[in-house]
Amino acid sequence: MTAATVLQTVGLTKAFGGLSIFKGVDFSLHAGERHAIIGPNGAGKSTFVHLVSGLLKPTSGSVQLMGQDVTRATPQQRVRAGLGRTFQINTLFPSLSPLQAIALALCERDRLTAPSLRALARRVELLDEAAALLARFGLAADGEGPTGLLPYGKQRVLEMALALSLKPKVLLLDEPAAGLTTAQGHALFEQLTELAGDTSVLFIEHDMALVFGYAQRVTVLGGGALLAQGTPDEIRADPVVRKAYLGH
Amino acid sequence: MSSHRAYFANQARWSGWEMAFWLAWVVAFFIPQSNLALLSQILIWGLFAVSLDLLLGYRGLPSFGQAAFFGIGAYTAGYLSKFGWTEPITGLLVSGAVAGVVGLMAGRVVRGLHGVALLMVTLGLNSLLYDFVQRSTELTGGDDGLPGVSIAPVLGIFKFDMVGRTGYLYTLAACFLIFVLLRALVRSPFGLALLGARDNPRRMQMLGAPIDRDLTLVMGLSAAVAGMAGALLTQTTQFVAPEVLSFQRSADVLVILVIGGAGFLYGGFVGALAFIFLRDLFAALNPIYWYFWIGLMLVLTVTFFRRGLLPALAGLWARRRKPAVDRPAQEVAP
Repeated sequence: MTAATVLQTVGLTKAFGGLSIFKGVDFSLHAGERHAIIGPNGAGKSTFVHLVSGLLKPTSGSVQLMGQDVTRATPQQRVRAGLGRTFQINTLFPSLSPLQAIALALCERDRLTAPSLRALARRVELLDEAAALLARFGLAADGEGPTGLLPYGKQRVLEMALALSLKPKVLLLDEPAAGLTTAQGHALFEQLTELAGDTSVLFIEHDMALVFGYAQRVTVLGGGALLAQGTPDEIRADPVVRKAYLGH
Repeated sequence: MSSHRAYFANQARWSGWEMAFWLAWVVAFFIPQSNLALLSQILIWGLFAVSLDLLLGYRGLPSFGQAAFFGIGAYTAGYLSKFGWTEPITGLLVSGAVAGVVGLMAGRVVRGLHGVALLMVTLGLNSLLYDFVQRSTELTGGDDGLPGVSIAPVLGIFKFDMVGRTGYLYTLAACFLIFVLLRALVRSPFGLALLGARDNPRRMQMLGAPIDRDLTLVMGLSAAVAGMAGALLTQTTQFVAPEVLSFQRSADVLVILVIGGAGFLYGGFVGALAFIFLRDLFAALNPIYWYFWIGLMLVLTVTFFRRGLLPALAGLWARRRKPAVDRPAQEVAP
């Protein structure tokens, strides 16, 4: 492949108190691709996303984002370098409204949050942008109530909208469809395909229909190591994967 | 469509309630029977509680040590006057600045702490300071108070009188101005970022938010406001003693804020009104056991109006005006 690499890990290793749960993983994400990570529970999928987003620091190895080494960078610095992510469990602002949440994300993007006496209400272009973004995700009618009272499915959509509002170059989705019905899961991925633009997307997913339906490449993790990597067809045909994970 | 603009504009607009609230303090001045000394106390407690509201209501961090900043402001105002800087307005600002700088440093110390650990560290810092001030009798006069505090007339014209007329108007003006600034601050993107970090620091990190910087800054701002409240007490009573730094004061201000309701800025004043009036009333009924009634009030408030008096009153008012029209149940996303 000749596509540019936007995210790369080299020999990424994570040990918790001598117990190494993640061993020397070399991984790369190409520009504009949608890439799924699959693997059984405990394979280290979420650990991988935490390591890449900076919520965990690796024991050894390196992480490169947009060609920059970010192994020691804080999560905030990685966000500034173009990273966005969602969480397996909704990680939202329960008492803020979705409009406020998106406006907050845009304020952080534009670095407007230093103490000031200028009301948020006066930044009308930013508020217009926040409202337009919510509308594109189909949340226009839900903008003003507390997020904590939204139905779960809409909270899941907001989780993705918040991450995408920063226009990241690389988006990490940790089980975006967790807890959704099959139909809701497909709708969420349709929205993602429609709205992600040229953002490169790496997603963890358990539902094989979603994985094989939306991913262009698939990586299989097992026991903290990279078992296989390839197109959905290659993965489906891989005997090691079939034995270790797909179970047939 | 710009309903979202109206939505945000509504959050920033001064409501009739707010104007009535501040007007009531002005009216109180002209009522002949008003106990202006007591009302000044209430305003000072209210402003002090507002300082804690920034931390607890907006940023979600509890503190058992807020009196440390109140006391630093109170003693700064006292020392300034003792050493000849008797002009009150600059004295007030300098006291706030000194407390604010200490708050910024404290913000760096408590970074990364929350919950019980934070309560214990703030309690510990407060106790250290109290003991130091109370025992350094040569420096501070100990429990007898700092000798030689006297404040010049406000703007060189209005002397602090025995009835407390100047003291009341001076305190009211200072509280109002500080409040207006804080009100603007919490409605700015900075205020929204505080709420965001209160709700979910991890999401804030993944939005690239400088949450550590914001924490340090809000500690500094909160401390500066507490310090100005302390300075107002010193200036209007022309007296300062270690009691301003006591743990009792830290606990009382937390009680006031919880009774009034955290996260609205006004809760501090509402709580102070309830607390000080009732304290006076209960103390008159029984000078020894009055804290029993305060304790009972706290238990009842928190049990029946979990978020404090102010949200409970607001909710009651909203229900009377708009009888039970719930929003239609929303359907789950497809």
